[in-house]
Amino acid sequence: MKTLMIIVCLIFLANVAGAQSPDRTKTRIIRNATVLTVSHGTLVNTDVLIRNGKIAAVGQNLKAPDDAQVIDATGKFVSPGIIDAHSHTMMDGSVNECTKSVTSMARTQDILNPTAIGIYRELAGGTTAALLLHGSCNAIGGLSTTVKLKWGHPAADFPIPGATPGIKFALGENPKRTNFNIPGLQPRYPATRMGVEETIRDAFARARDYKRDWDDYRAGVARDEKNLIPPRRDLELEPLVEVLEGKRFVHSHCYRADEILMLMNLADELGFKVRTLQHVLEGYKVASEIARHGAMASAFADFWGYKMEAYDAIPYDVAIMTRHGVVSSVNSDSDERARRLNIEAAKMVRYGGLTEDEALKLVTLNPAMQLGIENRVGTIDVGKDADVVVWSAHPLSVYTHVEQTFVDGELLFDRQADIARRAQLEAERKTLEAAESNKSPAQGGTPPRAPSAIRRAYTHDDDIQDGEDRRP
Amino acid sequence: MTMLRPKFFLNRRGRRGFRRGTQRQSSSESSAQNSASSAVNRIFGLLLGVALFSLPLTARAQDTDRIDAQITNTPSPTYIIRNARIVTVSGADIDNGILVIINGHIAGVGANISAPAGAQEIDARGLTIYPGMIDLGSNMGLIEVPTGAPGTIDVQELGEMNPNIAAVWSINPHSAHIAVTRVAGVTTALSLPSGAVISGQAALINLLGTSPREMAVVPEAALVIDFPRIGGGGFGGPPSITPEAMTQRERRVDELRKMLRDAEAYGRAQDAYRKDPKSTPRPVTDLKLAALVPYVRGERPVIFRAEREREIRAVVRFAEELKLKPIIIGGSEAWKTATLLKEKDVPVILDSVLNLPLHEDDAYDSLYENAAKLHAAGVRFCISTGDSGAHVRDLPFNAGMAAAFGLPRTEALKSVTLYPAQILGVADRMGSIEAGKIANLVITDGDLLEPRTNIKFLFINGRQLPLVSRHTMLNDQFKDRK
Repeated sequence: MKTLMIIVCLIFLANVAGAQSPDRTKTRIIRNATVLTVSHGTLVNTDVLIRNGKIAAVGQNLKAPDDAQVIDATGKFVSPGIIDAHSHTMMDGSVNECTKSVTSMARTQDILNPTAIGIYRELAGGTTAALLLHGSCNAIGGLSTTVKLKWGHPAADFPIPGATPGIKFALGENPKRTNFNIPGLQPRYPATRMGVEETIRDAFARARDYKRDWDDYRAGVARDEKNLIPPRRDLELEPLVEVLEGKRFVHSHCYRADEILMLMNLADELGFKVRTLQHVLEGYKVASEIARHGAMASAFADFWGYKMEAYDAIPYDVAIMTRHGVVSSVNSDSDERARRLNIEAAKMVRYGGLTEDEALKLVTLNPAMQLGIENRVGTIDVGKDADVVVWSAHPLSVYTHVEQTFVDGELLFDRQADIARRAQLEAERKTLEAAESNKSPAQGGTPPRAPSAIRRAYTHDDDIQDGEDRRP
Repeated sequence: MTMLRPKFFLNRRGRRGFRRGTQRQSSSESSAQNSASSAVNRIFGLLLGVALFSLPLTARAQDTDRIDAQITNTPSPTYIIRNARIVTVSGADIDNGILVIINGHIAGVGANISAPAGAQEIDARGLTIYPGMIDLGSNMGLIEVPTGAPGTIDVQELGEMNPNIAAVWSINPHSAHIAVTRVAGVTTALSLPSGAVISGQAALINLLGTSPREMAVVPEAALVIDFPRIGGGGFGGPPSITPEAMTQRERRVDELRKMLRDAEAYGRAQDAYRKDPKSTPRPVTDLKLAALVPYVRGERPVIFRAEREREIRAVVRFAEELKLKPIIIGGSEAWKTATLLKEKDVPVILDSVLNLPLHEDDAYDSLYENAAKLHAAGVRFCISTGDSGAHVRDLPFNAGMAAAFGLPRTEALKSVTLYPAQILGVADRMGSIEAGKIANLVITDGDLLEPRTNIKFLFINGRQLPLVSRHTMLNDQFKDRK
């Protein structure tokens, strides 16, 4: 009896100890994997040592401390975590502030839901970081947030410290509201691609005046002038001033070649660079111009034809832009596709003949470069964040699945643990269903409450046509 | 360039030239991925390149159809394909095999077959021959652009009971989706009308031809019923379990039942009149009931859309009561009803492999592994994209994902070839590589379900097709633009 007590106590203590030494600081060694480093080729029979959330060593027969957790990855593949350069996950449908043509005062980072189930499903597909974008409802949209998918953490832990902030722009059908003419509803300016250009030009004209006001004021302060009145802060124009100063990235939704050229010309004229062209379906028609402007491109692999301006989208888009020297990535724009970006990348081997290394870059290093986080993530290199995925087979094979996903060295998805938990969850569900309050009317229970629609991360009528294939 | 275009394209000499050019093709020529690999492809690529540059923008979507018109206008060639690995699907693989195509059909397949007279030789060394893939859940040819171009949408009729409309009447053979789909190895699709309670009749088409009838393998292949459910099945709208919604669902099911019973009676009345027209009153023609007769007699299958467990159970009960031949399409929760589906031998068209799980607390892979669970339970099933048209080409990756989550690879391959053919009752004509079947064949440089694999040759109805689509043409036009 005494022995039993001691064992129970020990188990209890062990659990407490487990809780006190968080998983994230654990030292781990992934043994004997095929490592796709992305930066320096494929290494066979290789170990990856993870310490303090960083990749501490990569090599064969590495020494590890005795208390390191050993992950036997014999026959398995290791890749950097997948980065999704166009996502609306954990935004709970609050994607579009649609009421104005310029909504640069709206911030995605204020509405992140760290419990959204999409996060976990995406980790289960090897995705570890994402650019969370405002929708494409307006020519100048809200501010974006660059996050790691830190499932189980509070929302404040998700944004990547030091990542350059961004803003969403949008061109074409969505900002001009072509497909959303609701009878009786006042149309919103702009209604043409001409008006989209003018809206952006007008906003930057105001932003430049605003910047001059502040520059004058600061110059006066520097000259010790008295009785200066600072300009009134303008939360709409501040981010645009940051764009002009190169402190904020422009990520612009675009489809047609003409509107892509329009934005790049306008940016050249106003004195900023477009960081990424998003969707950029007809980028292949103006790939040289994109390369010359210095923009990068983040596209669907092969999504096309879902609306008129997507009718010339071709799956060779990414390959053509890549061959023209444009740093390109493949993104999801959907909680569904974000679970299998590895397959989206693999398609680029078929369409346009990218090498496997090039294909893998489309969802790792290239999006990292686009978000300005390539010094931390995107490859398997010593010193980088331990955002690492263990795959059952080559990640570009359709037959692969994710075994484990680490973010900052923390195990956030483990397929075996997920499977092991299912019986318990099923039992819990049965208990709940059998509860008094869940009895059917026939069994004497009250009539069931009307369920609300499933809450999805990306359901605004506007953008759903980019992100999801709508069946009529 | 402009001068060359129409003449060159339509001239008979050019066509004969192209046919001579195919006398001998070698796989060693096919270094470029997925595009021109043979003489056919190169000549077509040239012709189409010329056409593309010179035709007005609005005509572009129809360019691939010009190929179809040329191809279907010529007599069906005889081919002998040598040195291929042949994945027959129905039987054992043949490592170094020969396949002969005569008159649109597979005339012989095996290790040792002599060449028939006049056969064009194709050397498929290092390549693999698969049967063409079949997607039973599309709306192929009924929707070109789903948003912003309502004139291109012909998938959903008004009214609740539309058995008397048929997809085969309005499939657009010139849709850009058709060539885009077939060059990815999907050679056959069931095109379903949608909406209402009885949506209409679906057509099984091969993806080659210039008219729907020419494309049709089975013009009226199945009746499509969007089985009434709360919050759907004819009306849509948000789900709401209100007494009104429940009553409305019951009303729709009753109306459906009544119409099907009326169709039985109508069929009997027609038979009686035919047998004895003198003493039997002539029944008034009713197009809706007449269309339903073969379905209520169990001569043709009825495809019911049903996702959730209770919908599937309701469909199985309903079909049994009315002695229909049911197929479930959707089947997101089919794995929960596997025992019932097996017992009643109801097959499922799974078009939800890549959907998000239905419930927040469902296992993350519940839809990925649905197929594996149905297979383990012995339920007949096939895999579909459920896509309207543009993305039917992704069919192999849907099956591949099921294989990544427990479905044996050979089963995954069958789920997009032989199983759909069996489920629709056309396995005597397609779905595997066997003598006598329609020569719908895909020749690849790797595993058919892998996205990294390239398609090297394509045959539909025994005719070799150039690997050209709207997408390859735009690629050719712009890939080298400076």
